[in-house]
Amino acid sequence: MTTASLTGADPTTEVPLKRRLRRAERTRQVKALALVLPLLVFLLFTFAGPIAGMLWRSVDDREVRRVLPQTIAALATWNGKDLPDEKAYAALASDILAARASGTVAIAAKRLNYALNGFRTILTSTARNLKAVPEPGTARETLGKINPAWRERTTWTTIKDASGPVTGFYLLAALDLTRNVDGAIIAAPPDQAIYRDVFARTFLISISVTVLCLILGFPVAYLLATLPPGRSNLLMIFVLLPFWTSLLVRTCAWIVLLQSKGVVNDSLHWLGIIDEPLRLIYNRFGVCVAMTHVLLPFMILPLYSSMKAISPAYMRAAASLGAPPLTAFLRIYLPQTLPGIGAGSLLVFILALGYYITPALVGGAADQMISYFIALYTTETANWGLASALGAVLLLATLLLALVYGKLVQGQQVTGGMKN
Amino acid sequence: MSDNSFLRTSSQRIAWIATIVISTLVFIFLIAPILAIMPLSFSSGSYLTYPLPGLSLRWYDDFINSPRWMNSLKNSMIIGVASTLLSMVLGTLAALGLAQWKSRFKPLVLAFVLSPVVVPGVITAVGLYFFFAPIGLTGSYLGLILAHTALAAPFVVITVGATLQSFDTNLARAAASLGASPLEAFRRVILPLILPGLASGALFAFATSFDEVVIVLFMAGPEQRTLPREMFSGIRENISPTITAAAVILTTVSVILLATLEGLRRRNERLKGGGV
Repeated sequence: MTTASLTGADPTTEVPLKRRLRRAERTRQVKALALVLPLLVFLLFTFAGPIAGMLWRSVDDREVRRVLPQTIAALATWNGKDLPDEKAYAALASDILAARASGTVAIAAKRLNYALNGFRTILTSTARNLKAVPEPGTARETLGKINPAWRERTTWTTIKDASGPVTGFYLLAALDLTRNVDGAIIAAPPDQAIYRDVFARTFLISISVTVLCLILGFPVAYLLATLPPGRSNLLMIFVLLPFWTSLLVRTCAWIVLLQSKGVVNDSLHWLGIIDEPLRLIYNRFGVCVAMTHVLLPFMILPLYSSMKAISPAYMRAAASLGAPPLTAFLRIYLPQTLPGIGAGSLLVFILALGYYITPALVGGAADQMISYFIALYTTETANWGLASALGAVLLLATLLLALVYGKLVQGQQVTGGMKN
Repeated sequence: MSDNSFLRTSSQRIAWIATIVISTLVFIFLIAPILAIMPLSFSSGSYLTYPLPGLSLRWYDDFINSPRWMNSLKNSMIIGVASTLLSMVLGTLAALGLAQWKSRFKPLVLAFVLSPVVVPGVITAVGLYFFFAPIGLTGSYLGLILAHTALAAPFVVITVGATLQSFDTNLARAAASLGASPLEAFRRVILPLILPGLASGALFAFATSFDEVVIVLFMAGPEQRTLPREMFSGIRENISPTITAAAVILTTVSVILLATLEGLRRRNERLKGGGV
């Protein structure tokens, strides 16, 4: 049969033909996959890989293990209840001397300081004052004399917690949680517990912007969907032009308009409405206005395409059956726009969650969203573990919402929101 | 208005008028800030407010004679064009493949390909920053081009994919049955038909790169600063009228892109309307 299907010598039997067709189809499929493959590989390298790397960094905890390897090994059998034994102190002394020689004390000090404020000083002062390897049996005494913190259990549990290779420390910190000396998860001290506030603020700003976009976008989408195509195409320019204008230009425009010596304040002053300039920017108001302006087209376009699909015959039918206009609108028209409302709102909300540039430029210190802190910890303070953990939380929220969005627009035109 | 039959009662008329009034206000909200910033760039004074003391081109002069601004414009162009080309190649191939590929994994692969659009810019930027720094791709043109290509490719896949969906595969079969080699059929039948889709994809890709600032913020060295990046620091430090000149230049590019895209769309609709 194999020869038959290869040579096609026997056209009367049906099986070889079927098989040949199947084989041709398979070849086609392999070729199709081969066309997609370059992009997949490319995105693996420039997108998925980097993000996976970031997620890994949110649990990666190998700094202390690299700098204090003997200490970590000695603490492996420590029960965590009493102070560790002399062996651990000797290991620590030897590790610190080695780290001082290789200049790596600061690496461990930085990581340990995240977990216990002041640890940097403990470690650096010990490294500075430890003259030589202590006589056998005197390590505990020597270290305790240099810095009494070595007589505290917390100091040692902090090292043990940071012994890696993976940790939940950063992810817990991103949710304002920490572990106490006994390893139980507790609320973080108030001076470090800022991220729930930041998440709540991010959520609140995103919701406000979404609601504003819906309120402003609905009438516009309705108008565009109801007008004859000639006019609505013309008016569509008012939506598409901002959509295509650079984010930076639009943000810059709002600053020029709203700043204390800006166009709006000057005009109001000139008209005699105000004496003192209003504070319109570098606060929550400015952030919401600018973000609503940037995201409004993302609401109008999906709303428009869902309204465009509603036949006016339904409303006429409702009217002819005696429904008052408001009832017809609420019970016939509005329900049919719900998929569009859902898609537009989710899209705006998802985009708003990750906003960075606009709040950074037009917001005050109390208006910075989660992205700002991720950027701050990455480039300024280089607390990469915490930056990655905050990023992981934001990514999770975004992907979950995107999943819902995907389910919602399934069946609707996928590109409806993107292209007119 | 063609369809006013629903405006029968006075309450409906009031609702319709309200819709028009609110929409007009929203249109003003959308467009006024962009229009308001433009005349300021032609001001002869250095205060960013009205009335203008006089007209001049001094801020454009300032822009053109500033190596910093001109360099950033050049960088935006280099990175934009290069990532457009690269994303066009990768995205078009993928769209062609996806159009033929039948598998239950297809939605998953499509979701993966489109995910760079959804994932917040800061997350992509941080990931790339960690990933590219050890291999020497931060502070390099190549790193930025690769990153922007990843962001732009999904738009190419969407646009070209949409064109392919409306493409009649029988035409390709007809070409093959008339003796055209696959390459010839692609060049002489498929390509001319999907060209508008390709052009729209390229415009989207270019606009994506030209506008992008978060990744540039993380990854560009002083040598690779793009126009939006330069505007970002300009706005941070102090807004000079030169920034408004830069804004006008950026907006002009956007308008050209939008107009070209609109033209392509109209042409496509005409072809669809008259052709079949």
